[in-house]
Parts: sequence; structure tokens; C-alpha cells
Amino acid sequence: MAVLTAPHRKPPVPAPSRGGRARGPRRTPPLVLAFVLVPLLAEAVWVFWPAVQGFYLALTSWDGVSAPGFVGLGNFREMASDEVFRGALGHTVLWLVLFGGLSALLGLAAALLLQQERRGVGFYRAALFLPVVFSLVATALVWQAVYQPDGVLNELLESVGLGSLRHAWLADQDTALYAVIVPALWRQIGYVMVLYLAGLKGIDPALYEAAKVDGASAWQRFRHVTLPQLRSVNAVVVSVIIIDSLRSFDVVWSLTRGGPYHSSELLSTYMYSTAFQSLRLGYGSALAVVIFLLAFGVIASYLVRAFREAD
Amino acid sequence: MSATSTAVRRRRAATAGFHLGAGALALLWLLPIALVLVTSLRSFDDIAAHGLGGLPHSFTLDNFRQAWVDGGQQRALINSLLVTVPCVLATLALAAMAAFALSRYDLPLRRSLLLLMLGGNLLPPQILLIPVSKLSEMIGVYDTLPALIGVQIGFGVGFYVFVLHGFMRAIPAEIQQAAVVDGAGPWQVFWRIILPLTRPALAALSALSFTWIFNDLLWAITVLRSDTKMPITAALIGLQGQYVSMWNVIAAGSVIAAAPTVAVFLRFQRHFVAGLNLGAVK
Repeated sequence: MAVLTAPHRKPPVPAPSRGGRARGPRRTPPLVLAFVLVPLLAEAVWVFWPAVQGFYLALTSWDGVSAPGFVGLGNFREMASDEVFRGALGHTVLWLVLFGGLSALLGLAAALLLQQERRGVGFYRAALFLPVVFSLVATALVWQAVYQPDGVLNELLESVGLGSLRHAWLADQDTALYAVIVPALWRQIGYVMVLYLAGLKGIDPALYEAAKVDGASAWQRFRHVTLPQLRSVNAVVVSVIIIDSLRSFDVVWSLTRGGPYHSSELLSTYMYSTAFQSLRLGYGSALAVVIFLLAFGVIASYLVRAFREAD
Repeated sequence: MSATSTAVRRRRAATAGFHLGAGALALLWLLPIALVLVTSLRSFDDIAAHGLGGLPHSFTLDNFRQAWVDGGQQRALINSLLVTVPCVLATLALAAMAAFALSRYDLPLRRSLLLLMLGGNLLPPQILLIPVSKLSEMIGVYDTLPALIGVQIGFGVGFYVFVLHGFMRAIPAEIQQAAVVDGAGPWQVFWRIILPLTRPALAALSALSFTWIFNDLLWAITVLRSDTKMPITAALIGLQGQYVSMWNVIAAGSVIAAAPTVAVFLRFQRHFVAGLNLGAVK
């Protein structure tokens, strides 16, 4: 949930390109050096050094008490025959597709619906956005109440004559994963909507006018003006969604702890319970490396984009 | 019938259709929130008798007292604020310093440093969990709030450096040059010139980082163990275990846990949305 948006070219303030940018004197004052080094040190202690250790621990077998024993790629070989791991990997991919795909589609749809400034639109936007500020734990508990056997969802089904669909949504292996995705979506859609709203705002209205004059239908205007213009926002949204999906933990942990029988297990929850409940720290680190590898492509492309922008 | 009146009528129909659609959507979105608010005010006997999804018959504020006092939410909320407020201040201060140095001075390797810091923030936290919990044990801060503050600052700072760097480099060079000619040192340039001009971005990022840090669960359960030290998110999970199927208390706890961020959102809505877009529109 930490990563937001990558930059793309649309500086609202006077573009930085005019004249030389202020790079003060050639020799760097010591204070300026300290300004960089102190934050860098904080990050080195809490992120870079632990990350290096994390990769090393993935090659060990460790219970956290005695010294870690080096096992090479043994942990990864074990994964190949680990049913729970394979399930969690599948669920993570499904989560990526369903949670990611739907939040992008519905977020874009909501942004298109609410893009025009008109009376009442502020309220609608705020309503969709409100869940974004809730913690995923609170979100999960809200929906847990909805899903209870005597909860609103079941009562609603009953009242429209679909009582046969009544369900213990979170306790059933066939529905648990989907029941967990819905709250995550409920919270994510408003966030994606805000990103798209800003993107839509940045589109030059003259483009629509021109398309209209040329006789383009509403669908053609969307397909040939809006979508191409949103390309950079799309890139941002895709990065955000993939990184968020792989990080998803809180909502699953609060609702099902990955159960029943690992039916809603994600790699992130499996990693946590392996490491901190089964105390298999080496294997847990190896699972974390798998998550890292899945995220690596996105992280790399995000950094490449940032690199181009940084100067 | 004249063409204008048809157009007017069509526009009215479109407006009505819009409000119908958007209103239904907003209602759907607010329904779960309304449900929790109502549940938090019902008595246990009411829920037991009429069902969680049934219509409420009685109202009480006692659930809040139970969650707040017996459920330990008061302590948890204080812990959350003890972590969140210093974290927001320290992270933004450090990030502003680094962004200032990287965007306004010709440091060697500045681009690589910037990306290194951003890259650290993009890592999946899972790769860090085990080493971070061991590290905090090693330096003797495991199960204390400073450990949580430390890791939140270290992990978060990279992203804010990146966003603030984008903001600061857009400040015209002439302003800084004029100050340097007048004899201002780096500190004066930073404190008197760049920082005030960065205020909109700082406001937006404060609103944003407040909710992120306040809402975190994973780091808290990684470096803390005692119930008395847990922030509100972890305490809410504890409440869920302590008051199994006492939905009135759990709902009251959820309302308490969500209230601070909702307050920040309502108070700073503009900053908040600006913050989410800061990277995107820069």
C-alpha cells in the first residue's frame, strides 16, 4: 500500500527545462551531504541491510534460535512439492487478475461516470473514496459482519427470493477467496478512480471537439481519444495494482488467516505464517524471494520510468 | 414540438439518469459503512434476537465503552498516535532534506541515489520481515514502539524523497541564485526558500502518510508482541478474537479505529486527493 504513482510528463508548474537548474556551487557543502546521508542511513539500516539478509536467509534452514544452516537452493526445491505453496501461488495470480483487473476497470468506469464537474458530483466521489482511508483491518471487519450467516448479505438474498444461495461465505472453501477479494475491491476502486480522474482532467478538451466535428461517436471518442491519452496513467495504475496485489495481506489475515484449509491463502499470508507461526525462517525467506521475483518486473520498469524522469 | 424543448428534455433525462446511477453506486458504497454504524449502536440482545442483518430495535452507547475500556482500544489508539505522529514528522523532515540536496545541488551519483531510495520503498515488505524482526531483537528494541517508528521511517522515506524531489526541482533556479548572491548558506536556502515553496506538497504527503502509517498492520505485528504495545489495527484483530461474534462490540471497535483517518480525510480532503495524485501529475 505504499506505492502510488510514477511521474509522467505534465508539469503544472513552469517546466523545469528553462535555464540551467539550480545546482549550487561545484563543491558540495557538508550540510548538503549530511542531508542525503542521514535519510540514506535510516533506509540502509531498516531496508537495504535487511533485504540483503533476506536473500541470504532464503538459502538457509533456520529456526531462529540456533545458527542458520546453509542449504543452497533446497528451500526452492521443497516448494516444487509443496501443495500449499502451489495453491498460494495460484491464488496470488488469481488475486492479481481479479483484484487488479476489476479495480482498474471499475475505477476507470467510476472516473468516466464522475468526471464532469456538476452538482452533487463531489458527494458521489467522496462516497466512493471514503473506504480508501479505512485500514484494511477495519474494512475486513465491516465485511465480516456483512458475510455472517445471519448477516445483511444472506438476509438480502432471502428477501429477493434467492434464499437457496444463503451461505457461510467465509467458511466455505469454494467462496472464501472471492469473499475476501470483494472488500479489497471496495477499498481499491475509489483510489484508482482518483488516479483516473486526474488523468481525464489532463486531456485537452479540444481533442474531443475535433473528434466530434469529425463525426466520431461516443465510443469512438473513448477508444481513440480517451484511452490513448490515458496511457501514462494506465502505466501508473498497472504498477500500483501489481505492487498492491502482491502486498495484500491485512485483509486476508483479518478475515480468514488464509483458511479454511488454505483456500484463501496468498503467498504473503503463507510467508507470514511459515515464518512467524511455524518458525521456519529459512523457508519463509525463500517464499519472500518468490514474491520479490514476481514483483521484480514491475519494480524495474517503474524505476526505469522514474530514471528517465529524474532528469 | 420545437427542437430546443426536446434538447432541454433530453438533457434533463440525462441528468436524472446520472443522479440515479451515481446515487445508486454511492449508496452501495456507503451501505456497509451505515451497517457498521448501526450495528455499533445496537445491544447484544437485540442482535441475538433479531439477527445481525435484521432491523435494529434498541440503541446503546455501551458497546463503545466496552471496546474502549475492556477491549483496550484506548491504549491502542494512544499507541497508534505515539507511533504515527513522530513517524510522519520525522519521515517528511528527512525526505525533504534529502530531496532538497538531490534536487538543488550537483551531487555525485544523485540520480542513482534517488532511485536507490525509491527502490527500497518498492520492495515487497515480506523480504524484510524476518531480518527486521531479528534486527530489532539484536539492537534491543524488539517489542517497543521505537522499533516500529524506526522501520516505518526507514521503509517510507524513499517514496517521499522521490515525490518531493519531483516537486522541488520545478522551483525556478533564479530564486535560489538570488539568495546565494545575498550570502545565504544551504540551510537558509532550505529553510527560508525551498521549504516554504514546498508546503503544498508537504501538506498533501502529511495527510497521506498519516493514514498509511496509522492503518499499517504488517510492520506492527512483525516488531511488536505484547498486547499493551499494539496499535489500533492489531488491537482490532485482538478484539475480534476476544469478543467472538459479539458484533456490537466489534463494530464499535471498527468505528473507533476508523474515526481518526476519516477525520483527517474530511478535514484535509483536498490535500488528500492532491497527495494521491502528486506523483502522477508532476
